[in-house]
Amino acid sequence: MINAVPPAAIFIIGAFLIPLLRGNLKTVYLLLLPVLGFINLLNIPYGSHWSFNFLDYTITFLRVDRLSLVFAYIFHIVSFIAILYALRLKDDLQHMAAVLYAGAALGVIFAGDFISLFIFWEVMAVTATYLIWARRTKASQAAGLRYFLVHIFGGLCLLAGIVINTYNTGSIEFSYIGLNGLGSSLIFLGFGINCAWPGLHAWLTDAYPESTITGTVFLSAFTTKCAIYALARGFPGTELLIWIGALMTMFPIFFAVIENDLRRVLSYSLINQVGFMVVGIGIGTQLSINGATAHAFADILFKALLFMAMGAVMHQTGKINATDLGGLYKTMPLTCIFCIVGAASISAFPLFSAFATKSMVMEAVAKEHRTIIWFMLLFASAGVFHHAGIKIPFFAFFSHDSGIRTKEPPLNMLLAMGIAAFLCIFIGVYPTVLYSILPYPVDYVPYTAPHVMAQLQLLFFSALAFTLLILSGIYPAEMRAINLDIDLVYRKFAVAFLWFCNVPLTAFRNGIQNFSSRAIGAIAKFATDPLIVPELILKGIQIGVYKALTTSSTGTNPKIADLEFRFNRLIKMRETGRYYGTEVPRRPIGLGVLISFVLIFFYALIYIITR
Amino acid sequence: MKEEKKYLFDKPENVQRLLRGFWALLILLLGIDLFISKHPYFHWEEWPEFYAIYGFVACVCLVLASKYILRPIVKRKENYYD
Repeated sequence: MINAVPPAAIFIIGAFLIPLLRGNLKTVYLLLLPVLGFINLLNIPYGSHWSFNFLDYTITFLRVDRLSLVFAYIFHIVSFIAILYALRLKDDLQHMAAVLYAGAALGVIFAGDFISLFIFWEVMAVTATYLIWARRTKASQAAGLRYFLVHIFGGLCLLAGIVINTYNTGSIEFSYIGLNGLGSSLIFLGFGINCAWPGLHAWLTDAYPESTITGTVFLSAFTTKCAIYALARGFPGTELLIWIGALMTMFPIFFAVIENDLRRVLSYSLINQVGFMVVGIGIGTQLSINGATAHAFADILFKALLFMAMGAVMHQTGKINATDLGGLYKTMPLTCIFCIVGAASISAFPLFSAFATKSMVMEAVAKEHRTIIWFMLLFASAGVFHHAGIKIPFFAFFSHDSGIRTKEPPLNMLLAMGIAAFLCIFIGVYPTVLYSILPYPVDYVPYTAPHVMAQLQLLFFSALAFTLLILSGIYPAEMRAINLDIDLVYRKFAVAFLWFCNVPLTAFRNGIQNFSSRAIGAIAKFATDPLIVPELILKGIQIGVYKALTTSSTGTNPKIADLEFRFNRLIKMRETGRYYGTEVPRRPIGLGVLISFVLIFFYALIYIITR
Repeated sequence: MKEEKKYLFDKPENVQRLLRGFWALLILLLGIDLFISKHPYFHWEEWPEFYAIYGFVACVCLVLASKYILRPIVKRKENYYD
């Protein structure tokens, strides 16, 4: 056994102590958790540790290599930032859910086998759902439930894939899988749902903007990046990923341009950025895998920063729609500056983080001479500046003056944003620090004259397009409206399907049920007294015959009246079932027994004779 | 009534200054591009001002497509799902 413990354990066990502490002690404790974790992380040696035998398999909680360590570093850093940002929160359960969520993400990163991977994967889904529900609005409850259902579906795909894969290979070790056969395809799909692939992405843009101000910061960091890690581990060099990733970078920017809720705009740009990482994994060269992990590292920071800035706006004004905001630079200048740093980072301005990370993916794509992909990514690079780099700060802090006069958010929020902003610039200025922890040795220089020039031209002429379109009034006005996305399928068509089940199908079922229960009732009644039917028929004929014979007679014939009375009594008996009047012929049970004995006697006689 | 403090962009001349600086920067970028030696992977990267033109055209297309194609298809009232 080694000195270091699995980082997940520190967070997960640590989370359960949170409700026991109060006041300053809790504040210190919360901040200390990721710091302790980080110190532990620095002492972890490479290799597989904390392995246990479970049934016939080996569970490994701590498989340490360069790929898992990059993600572990950034997960600790962003946990510290997000906890600092959420420090004033008076909701222990939310603190717990957030820390558990971060712990589960670390569990995924270090899982050396499929069983522990799957368990942590599911813990992430549950705790993330709680972070969405914690806002306690009707919309967040509904969105949280949808999030949960989608991720349970994804988890089941993953589980089914793991079971098939284990059956085929006989091993539960989580390493390179590659796309071959049903098992690996299901695992691929399970990862893809968490990665927000096109068509499977709606949970993200649906749920993240409905979460709490602080919860979204956590959410933006872990789920998609764990999926990126898992893809980088299991499916590097998969051709399909290149196209999936390129689509991911493209389609969300169109939605982001016309979206009113600024946190939803950021959610779309989150998918766009993850797309670059997916392309990098799909290319599968050392440069591109380095690019994907480096970009994940940078993205976690600037996306957290942007979500924190928008969260601060929401915290201070209670509003998040572009139509309600504007002119906030006057009263929230620091938040505005932090937001611009985040915006410059996501847009990959020189000296900001993504310039040094996203360009590795672009370079890898160009090196492989993938022309179409390259043009798609370049389009997305221009587009991301447009919708995230300019739109977010412009509509929140500048644009028309909304008349809102507020003040800066609390100090802890400003500090959290400040740290994230500092790191964004630090990575941009000294990328070698980040390069030194990447999975493969880095032989890439971002700051060359043509690269800087190309990027500046791309960005500034995107800005020119924005400026001209705004000045000319062509830029689509912000509207109080929502935009349909693929979640329409389960939000409307699923409702229609439920209606179909509830109304026509239920009516059909009821019809059949009524018919058969009536038929069974009739048969049961008939069976309780089968003689009554022939008797009724006989009595009916008797009455008919009497009536026919005595047509001319006057008044009521007492004989007919008597017969009709008996007939009606018989019908009544039939309806009520049980009571037999004395008139109904009843045979003693002994007679039946006697007849059956006689029959058995004759049967036995014939049997003996014919033998 | 108390006169509200004038902020940076409340004065039109500041906005004008910002825009003028922006135009100057664009021209500067176009100018420098001609004097930079490139070693590209694709031959069109060597064309003068390739990135400027691509960035501008891409963003105009993006906005026009979003406004005139996507928005009419997907826009709904805010209470659509309620």
